[in-house]
Amino acid sequence: MGEFRMPSLGADMDRGTLLEWRVAPGDVVRRGDIVALVDTDKSEVEVEVFEDGTVAELLVEPGTEVPVGTPLARLDPTGPPSAAPPPAAPSHAPPAAAPAPAPAPETTATGPHAARTASPLVRHLAEVEGVDLAGLEPRDPSGLLHRDDIERAAATHRAPLASPPAEVEPPSGGRGPSASPYARRLAAEAGVDLAELRGTGPAGAVVARDVMPTAPPTAAVSDAPSARGGDKQASTRLAIARVMARSKREIPHFYLSSTIDLAAASRWLELENDRRPPEHRLLPASLLLRATALAAQQHPGINAWWIDDEVQLAGDVDLGVAISLRSGGVVTPSITDAAHRSLDDLMTSLRDLVQRARAGNVRSSELQGSITVTNLGDQGVDAVFGVINPPQVAIVGFGSIAERPVAHDGMLTVHPVLTCTLSADHRAVDGHLGSRFLRTLANLLQEPDALAADPDPGAGP
Amino acid sequence: MSAPGTTTYREALREGLRAALAADDRTFLMGEDVGRYGGSFAVSLGLLEEFGPARVRDAPLSESAFVGAGIGAAIGGMRPIVEVMTVNFSLLALDQIMNNAATLLHMTNGQLNVPLVIRMTTGAGRQLAAQHSHSLEGWYAHIPGLRVVTPATTRDARWMLKAALEDPDPVLVFEHGALLTEPGPDPSDAGEVDLDRAAVRRAGRDVSIITYGGSLPKALAAAELLAAEGIDAEVVDLRTLRPLDTDAIVATVARTHHVVVVDEGWRSGGINAEIIARINDHAFFELDGPVQRVCTLEVPIPYAQHLEEAALPQVHDVVRASRIAVGAAGGSDG
Amino acid sequence: MTTTPESVDIDLPIALDRLRAMVRVRRFEERCVELYSASAIRGFLHLAIGEEAVAAGVLAALEPDDAVVATYREHGHALLRGLSMRSIMSEMLGMQEGCCGGRGGSMHLFSAEHRFYGGNAIVGGGLPVATGLALADQMQARDRVTACFFGEGAMAEGEFHESMNLAALWELPVLFCCENNLYAMGTALDRSESQVDLALKASSYAMAAWVVDGMDVIAVEHAARAAAAQIRAGGGPVFLELRTYRFRAHSMYDPDRYRDKEEIERWRERDPIALLAAAIVAAGGPADPVGDLEAEVAAEIDDAVAFAEAGTPAPVDSLTRFVTSEVAR
Repeated sequence: MGEFRMPSLGADMDRGTLLEWRVAPGDVVRRGDIVALVDTDKSEVEVEVFEDGTVAELLVEPGTEVPVGTPLARLDPTGPPSAAPPPAAPSHAPPAAAPAPAPAPETTATGPHAARTASPLVRHLAEVEGVDLAGLEPRDPSGLLHRDDIERAAATHRAPLASPPAEVEPPSGGRGPSASPYARRLAAEAGVDLAELRGTGPAGAVVARDVMPTAPPTAAVSDAPSARGGDKQASTRLAIARVMARSKREIPHFYLSSTIDLAAASRWLELENDRRPPEHRLLPASLLLRATALAAQQHPGINAWWIDDEVQLAGDVDLGVAISLRSGGVVTPSITDAAHRSLDDLMTSLRDLVQRARAGNVRSSELQGSITVTNLGDQGVDAVFGVINPPQVAIVGFGSIAERPVAHDGMLTVHPVLTCTLSADHRAVDGHLGSRFLRTLANLLQEPDALAADPDPGAGP
Repeated sequence: MSAPGTTTYREALREGLRAALAADDRTFLMGEDVGRYGGSFAVSLGLLEEFGPARVRDAPLSESAFVGAGIGAAIGGMRPIVEVMTVNFSLLALDQIMNNAATLLHMTNGQLNVPLVIRMTTGAGRQLAAQHSHSLEGWYAHIPGLRVVTPATTRDARWMLKAALEDPDPVLVFEHGALLTEPGPDPSDAGEVDLDRAAVRRAGRDVSIITYGGSLPKALAAAELLAAEGIDAEVVDLRTLRPLDTDAIVATVARTHHVVVVDEGWRSGGINAEIIARINDHAFFELDGPVQRVCTLEVPIPYAQHLEEAALPQVHDVVRASRIAVGAAGGSDG
Repeated sequence: MTTTPESVDIDLPIALDRLRAMVRVRRFEERCVELYSASAIRGFLHLAIGEEAVAAGVLAALEPDDAVVATYREHGHALLRGLSMRSIMSEMLGMQEGCCGGRGGSMHLFSAEHRFYGGNAIVGGGLPVATGLALADQMQARDRVTACFFGEGAMAEGEFHESMNLAALWELPVLFCCENNLYAMGTALDRSESQVDLALKASSYAMAAWVVDGMDVIAVEHAARAAAAQIRAGGGPVFLELRTYRFRAHSMYDPDRYRDKEEIERWRERDPIALLAAAIVAAGGPADPVGDLEAEVAAEIDDAVAFAEAGTPAPVDSLTRFVTSEVAR
C-alpha cells in the first residue's frame, strides 16, 4: 500500500493547498503521471506521482491546506480499489484544522490552541522563567497570555528562593554610579564600592583615576607585548607624575606657614613615653596627626573636596598620610575618621599603614582621603609645601622638629619648634580660613593632655 | 631616486615585485597597464623589460575576467599577482573575488585552495573625486576566506608581497596611493615580515591610536603633537585587517585604557566598528572611557581640495579625539 | 563563420556507451526529484532532463587531464566526468561522504581529483576561472583543454564577453560550450539577446564558433572532438553552441508559466535518449536498448541513495575548517 504525499516543491515550502485532483479512485497511475494541482505560496504547480498503482482513496479534499509530507491519497499497487469511502473525512485533516476538544478550563492552554494563546515572546519568557503556560490563568478575557502573566507567575515562582546576596552589584543603569569598565574592574578587584567614589570622567563617570588616585597604569609600554605587567616602579612614578601634574595644572595653590612651639608637646611625649614599654611608645607624629585631624574637624572648609566647580564638605576626617616607598614614589593612604581616634590608635594605624603601603597592600578604600599630611621632619627639611592631592583642597606639611631660640615670657630661650605649612586650593579655601586652621592646629599642640584625652565620638567642635 | 639608505614606498613595492618574479617561475604579474605603461602608478616600471610580456602581462580592461583568470591560474598551479590598478575598479571583479576566490576552499571541503595575490591602490587624498577615492579594504575584510593586508611602511611595502605569495589562500594587498612617494628606510635587508601580527609603531602610555595603511603617518604625526601636550600616545599599525590581530588590540588597550581608532573608511559598518567590537568582546574591562573614532565623513569623496580635506581624517582630528579619549580638556566637538 | 559538423554513422559500441551515460544521468535526476519532493534534498535543484546529450557528448571527447568548469545544472557533467554516484548523492543529501562534504550541495559539485571545477552558481562566473585554468596550462606548456559550460543566459553577462575576449586575445586553450536551452530561467532567448545567433555573436571575438544539435549526442561528441583537437593544436579557443532543451522546469519551484506545453511536447519528440535508442535499433542494435539498461542503472542509483542515506551528516565542529588552508606556516 503506497501513499501519495504533499510534495515539497522548494526549500521554503512548508505547506501546500490541494487545488484539484486529476485522478479519481480506481484510476491507474504510472510513475511520473500528473495526479494533482497544488498551490504553493508562489504558484500553482502540477504534481506527479512516483510509483505505479491504482488510486485507492483520496484523503484530502480540494481546497485543503496541509503540511508538506501529509498523505494525500492511498495507492494500491495491485488491483482495483475496494469500495472507496468518501474522500477527506475531517479526521484525516491536519491538526490545525481540527476543532478543539471540549475544553475543560485547566486544559485550554495545553490543547491545540496552546500555540495561539501566547505570543512567541511570551512563550520564550515562560521558558526562560520556567513557567508552565498550562497552569496560567490569563487576565486578558480573550484568553491570550501576556507578558505580565508570565512575570507575575515568575515572581511567585521565585519567592521561596533566597533573596539575592547583598554583595551583588546593582545592574548598570540602576542606582549605581556610571563608571568606566576599567574603573569597575579596578573597584571590584580592590573591593571598593563605586557608590562611594566621585567620578571625574565624562558626564561624571567614575574612571580609573577616581578609583585609585595614584593607581599605577598597568605597565610601561614597549613594542613587545611581554612588557605587560613590567616596570612597576616606572609606572608608579608615572602615576604620581600624572596626579601631581594635574593638581598643579588645575589647582590654584596658595601657601601659608607657621612656626609652632612644641616645647609642651615634647615634654609631654617624653614623660608619657617614659612610662610606656618601648613597643608602645608614641612618636611626635601621633600628636601632629591628631592635632591636624581635630583642626580639620573644626574647620570643615579645609576638610573638603572640590568637585564640579564646587566645594563638597567631606564630613569625617579621613587623614591622608604621605608615605614614601622604598622603591621611590609616594602614596597617600588615609587613616579613616582620624578625628575620632586616640593617639595610640593613630600610632597603630600609622604603623600599619606604612607597613602595608610599602608592601603594596593599601586598600582602595583608604585612597580617598579628605585632607593629607606630609611629614618630612625625619628628612631634616625645615618646611615642606605640599602639592594638593585632588580633589582634596588642602595638604598640611610638617618640617623637622628643631631646637630654635625663641622668646618666651620675655626671655630668649631654646625650644623645640616645627614649621607647619598649609597648601590650599584657592578655589575652595581663602587665606583667612587657612590662617585660622593653622592657628587652631598650633593651639592644639600646646595642649598635649587634651590631645591625649580619649576622643569623644559625639563631641562637636 | 632616494637618498642612500632610504627609499620610497613605490620603490619598495617595485623591489618586492622584482624579487617575487625573480624567485619563482610560477609567479607572474597581470593587470591593466602593468607592462608597457609601467603600471599606472609606475610601480611596475621596468619589469616588462626584465621579465618579458608573458610574466608581466598587460590585460584588457576586463577586471572580472583577469581576476577570475588569476583564480583559475592559481588553481592551475601558477602563483599569479593580479593588479587591479585601484580598489575602485575591483568592484568590477567583486563576483570573482567574493564568490570564487573566497569561497572555493571551503565550498570544496578543502579541495581547491586559491594561492592568488591581488594588489590594488586604495584611498583618497589626491583630489580624484568620488569614483576614484574609495577605501574599501574594510569591506573586503568582511569576507571569510580572504586575507587583507595594508602595507604602511617601506618595509611592509617591500616584504609583504613575499609573505602574501607564500600564503596558500587569496591575499588582497591594499597599497595606499598617498603613501607612494612616502620616504622611508631602505628595507632591502630588513627581512621577511609576519602577516599575522600588528605592529606598535610608537609606544605610549596614555592612549592607543589604532590604525592602518594611509592613516598611519597621520596617527604618528598626531602622536607627536599630543606628546607636546603631555599625552603619550601609542600608535598601533594593524597591518592586516583580516585576520585582525586581536591580541595586539587587547594588549594595547590593556596598556593605555583609552582608545582612538583611525580609519579612512566610512564609519558605519567599517573596519573601525569591528575593531571597537573586538575591544568590547575581549577588553571591555580595560576601557576607562568610550572609544573614539576618526573616520571619513559619510559622503562621497569630493574633488575640491578643501572639501576633500574636510571629509578625510586629518591629524588634528586624531589629536582632538585623543584628548577626548584621555579625558583631557580641549577635545570638545569630536 | 559558423559550421555544423555533419552527423556521422554510428558506431554501435560507442552509441550504446553514450546511451548508457545519458540514461544514468536521466534516471539519477529523476530520483533526485523524488528525493526533493520528500524533502531529502533541499536548496535549489536544477535538472538537465532533456539536455543529457550535451554533457555526454562533450565529456566523451575530453582527456582525463583536461579540466571541466560547469554550471549549477551539473549533475550529469559531474557523473560523466567520473565522480561516483555515491559521492554526488551524498553531497545532495548534505553528508560528509559527499564530494564537497555536504558544503556545496546540488549546485556545487567539485572534484579536484577529476579536474572538475564546479558547480558554479553565479551565471557567467565560471568563464573567467576557466580562462585562467587555460592560462596556467598555456604558461606551463601543457597540452590540455579546459571545457567551460554555460547557458545561453550567460551570454548577456559581462563576464562572458570579457572572458571570450581574453581567451581569444591570448589564444588560450578553452572549449566554450554554450548550452542553449532557449530560456534563461524564464526569459526566452529572443527576449534577452539582441543577436540570437549565438555562434555569430561568439565569432565576433575572432574565435571559431560552431552550431551543434545538442539533442544528438553523437554530433555533440564529434564537434567537441574536432574542437578539442583544434585547441590542442594551438588554434586558440573554440565556441560551441549546443542547441538543446530542458524538459522540466528551471528548478523545482518553477511553475513553468513562460512556455507552453506544446513547445515542450515538440521538443520531447527530440528526446536525446529516444533519438539515440532509435538510431541504435535502426543500426541493428538491441531491440530495447534503454530497457536493457534500466535494472543496472536502478541498482546503481539504489546503491547511491542507500549509501547517502546511511551517510554521516558533516559534523558541525568541522564547519570552520578550510576557511583558510590548513598548512603549517
